[in-house]
Amino acid sequence: MNRHVDPRQALPQPDGIATGEVLLDVRNVSLRFGGVKAITDISFDIRKGEIRAIIGPNGAGKTSMLNVINGFYTPQEGSIVFRGKERKKIAPYEAAASGIARTFQNVALFKGMSTLDNIMAGRTLAMHRNFFWQLIYYGPALREEIANRRKVEEIIDFLEIQHIRKVPVGRLPYGLQKRVELGRALAAEPALLLLDEPMAGMNLEEKEDMSRFILDVNSQFGTTIALIEHDMGVVMDISDRVVVLDYGRKIGDGTPEEVKSSQEVIDAYLGVSH
Amino acid sequence: MLAKAEAGDTLDTFPKYLVLNAKRFASRPAMRHKDLGIWQGWTWKQQLDEVRSFAVGLSAVGLERGDKVAVVGSNRPRLYWSFAAIQSLGGIPVPVYADSVAEEMAYVLDHAEVRFAVVEDQEQVDKLLSISEKVPSLKDIVYDEARGLRDYDHTHLHSFEEVQAKGRAAIEASEETVARWQAAVDLGRGTDLGVMLYTSGTTGRPKGVMLSNDNLVKSALHGNAFDRLGPDENIIAYLPLAWVGDHVFSYTQSYTAGFCVSCPESPETVTEDRREIAPTYFFAPPRVFEGLLTAMMVRMEDAGRLKKRMFDHYLALARRVGEKILNGERVPLLDRMRYFLGEILVYGPLKNRMGMTRLRVAYTAGEAIGPELFRFYRSIGLNLKQLYGQTEACVYITAQPDGNIRADTVGIPSPGVEIKIAENGEVLYRSEGTFIGYYKNEEATRATKTPDGWVHTGDAGFIDGEGHLKIIDRAKDVGKLQNGELFAPKYVENTLKFFPDIKEVVAFGDGRAFCAAFINIDLQSVGSWAERHNVSYASYQDLAGHPDVYGIIASHVEAANRKLSEEPMMAASQIRRFLVLHKELDADDGELTRTQKVRRSFIAERYGDLIEALYDGSTQKYVETEMTFEDGRKGSVRATVRIVDAKVFGSAAAPVREAAE
Repeated sequence: MNRHVDPRQALPQPDGIATGEVLLDVRNVSLRFGGVKAITDISFDIRKGEIRAIIGPNGAGKTSMLNVINGFYTPQEGSIVFRGKERKKIAPYEAAASGIARTFQNVALFKGMSTLDNIMAGRTLAMHRNFFWQLIYYGPALREEIANRRKVEEIIDFLEIQHIRKVPVGRLPYGLQKRVELGRALAAEPALLLLDEPMAGMNLEEKEDMSRFILDVNSQFGTTIALIEHDMGVVMDISDRVVVLDYGRKIGDGTPEEVKSSQEVIDAYLGVSH
Repeated sequence: MLAKAEAGDTLDTFPKYLVLNAKRFASRPAMRHKDLGIWQGWTWKQQLDEVRSFAVGLSAVGLERGDKVAVVGSNRPRLYWSFAAIQSLGGIPVPVYADSVAEEMAYVLDHAEVRFAVVEDQEQVDKLLSISEKVPSLKDIVYDEARGLRDYDHTHLHSFEEVQAKGRAAIEASEETVARWQAAVDLGRGTDLGVMLYTSGTTGRPKGVMLSNDNLVKSALHGNAFDRLGPDENIIAYLPLAWVGDHVFSYTQSYTAGFCVSCPESPETVTEDRREIAPTYFFAPPRVFEGLLTAMMVRMEDAGRLKKRMFDHYLALARRVGEKILNGERVPLLDRMRYFLGEILVYGPLKNRMGMTRLRVAYTAGEAIGPELFRFYRSIGLNLKQLYGQTEACVYITAQPDGNIRADTVGIPSPGVEIKIAENGEVLYRSEGTFIGYYKNEEATRATKTPDGWVHTGDAGFIDGEGHLKIIDRAKDVGKLQNGELFAPKYVENTLKFFPDIKEVVAFGDGRAFCAAFINIDLQSVGSWAERHNVSYASYQDLAGHPDVYGIIASHVEAANRKLSEEPMMAASQIRRFLVLHKELDADDGELTRTQKVRRSFIAERYGDLIEALYDGSTQKYVETEMTFEDGRKGSVRATVRIVDAKVFGSAAAPVREAAE
């Protein structure tokens, strides 16, 4: 393949942060639940436009880390800088409004609603007309609905899920539900997309599809992506940089090659005799 | 309805038709495509604009008269437009199956010496780039869907939009551009090569069938006239672009008749999209009809009792009178009224579900359709017909005319087609649609097409009393009995396999005195009979050898013989002796192919003793056969197989019977 230029270089930078600059900076974060230390003094950054993987054995604190980033947990120590703004405490809805969207380890969709409605739900933040306007469903409210629907249809087209547009998501196979969830997160047009095990429980073909979608989201929309994943093959293939956690501590950080050759990481994964 | 007076206009190339249609059907729809959940439409005038600007752009990229251009992808407007654009410049489109593997595609593209390719998306671009070394002639690739392609090297890669923009700019810059394009269109001749379609070919390399513009235009016009297709038709394009059927239905007939072609949103949404479009003219291989029916029956199983009873009641009525009403035969008034009620309550909603509410003409072809399936669709009032065609004939060889339909024939010769049956039973045809030849394959052309224009179909058949063609077998499988009568094993076998108790049949007779058969019972069907009649059995072999089972099979063979005796060509092929095999024919033992087709020569070798026993008059034979079990172990079965005489009908019976003894 003739990949000779990095397309992200050419993208416009609406938020004043250039590609390659730090979008999110995690500084010395520690998180405790009572006496249990979930995360201990972790620092890493996510650069704009990259695919950043967070890996580690079970219970390493990966999902907790994501929850800290999108404001679901508030760390006892440390701080997070997102788009140059430092914050100590943030509510999940504020995080969403500031441009962070996520998917969940266990699919969290509205099972009784159609694919279309689920993804439309992801546009909530882009709907500015109030409830009464929407009741009237005319003029500005209608125009807004149409504009948002268009955006959603583009996402449906992008993720190749036209055939399930009107199917209640509860009836869909798991792999497709995961795709719908990704669609809903994309609908928020996030600056940072957090994916919690996007490929868990998928077969090889579904994993390949999902990998392609993640890469395409990244290159097409320039979305920065942080993902947790267990499949090492996938992680090494698609991510630009990897953070490795173990027992709540950071034990590795760097490109896939660097991480792969780090003794500490190998020990954590394969186990060592002490 | 519109422009009837001008319908007589005949031109010789499709770009010329496009220009004409842009005048006569200017604001009527030519193309639709569902995109972002909404049907987007183009009128003939807009279609002309799209095609022309793309063509001008293509010539700027370097397309020249005589260049071959591969077109790869699913049914999308831009790919259909590229056909006309390429032809308008004197190029030759070569549609290629989008799902063919890289290796196969490399062969076709290299053989066709394509210089350009117009493809759908990244997947196809990747495939072409991966084989670019094997296709030295290929220079530039144009893609429709830009997604994922942004960071590719674009020196020889162009997006459809960009090429079109180039064309539009040139048209705006100078008025001469359009005139020049029109001059290029006018240069096109009917005798020019119009399109090259590669036949998938079950054996050997695919062959490039060269069809001239005359071939395509004239067959399309004949087809239009035969089914009275006009600008008001509506079709959905969903079959592979590289298949001659799609090329004729979605491109050549659309351009000549001026009707609108709708492209589905994605291959997975075809059923839903068809429902929205409700085509008036529809073509599908039997499996599509089968799939639709199965899906519906499954839903009906879940329906409430009232609905289910209503459904069953009216379907029974439809079976009784539906086809007669469709054929315009006499039906009592009361039944007509009942049928009308059924139309409102059941048939109408059913047709709506399947997207066939407005269906006027539907064709099935490609393989034989089950008679039950065929009758079901006809009985609910759908004008489903059979067609027999080939790439080499621009589809049409024979087709069933409205109101003269039978489940077991493929109809009468299409307008402008002559048919004859060769000495060995092979069907030959000659028409204006007959192909020029195979590209760069003189030998194959000579083997298929005679100097005076007759084309060998490779199928054996005969013309029945009413002039309908009946296909019986592949010509190479057809043999002769000792008395010189034609012997078509597949036809005999299919006649027997019609009975649910019979799973597989192998008929023998080539070079023999009479026809005899091996029969495999259907364990499920015969097993349920055994259960109902308290017949206990331990294994397939046990059941197959049961005297009562032999009785049942004998009655089926008798019924089949009666049917065969009614066909003058087949009467000699009645089964005089048969046996029920002691083991099921199995692909694991090499007796069947993986697609469940009988491997005749292998069986003849393996069961040589049994075949001899069929012909030497013995009434039983002891055999030992090796077989493979499901877990891969090998074992052998021993059995004494009984051989039974069957009753035959008609005059030809007696002398041969003596010869056997």
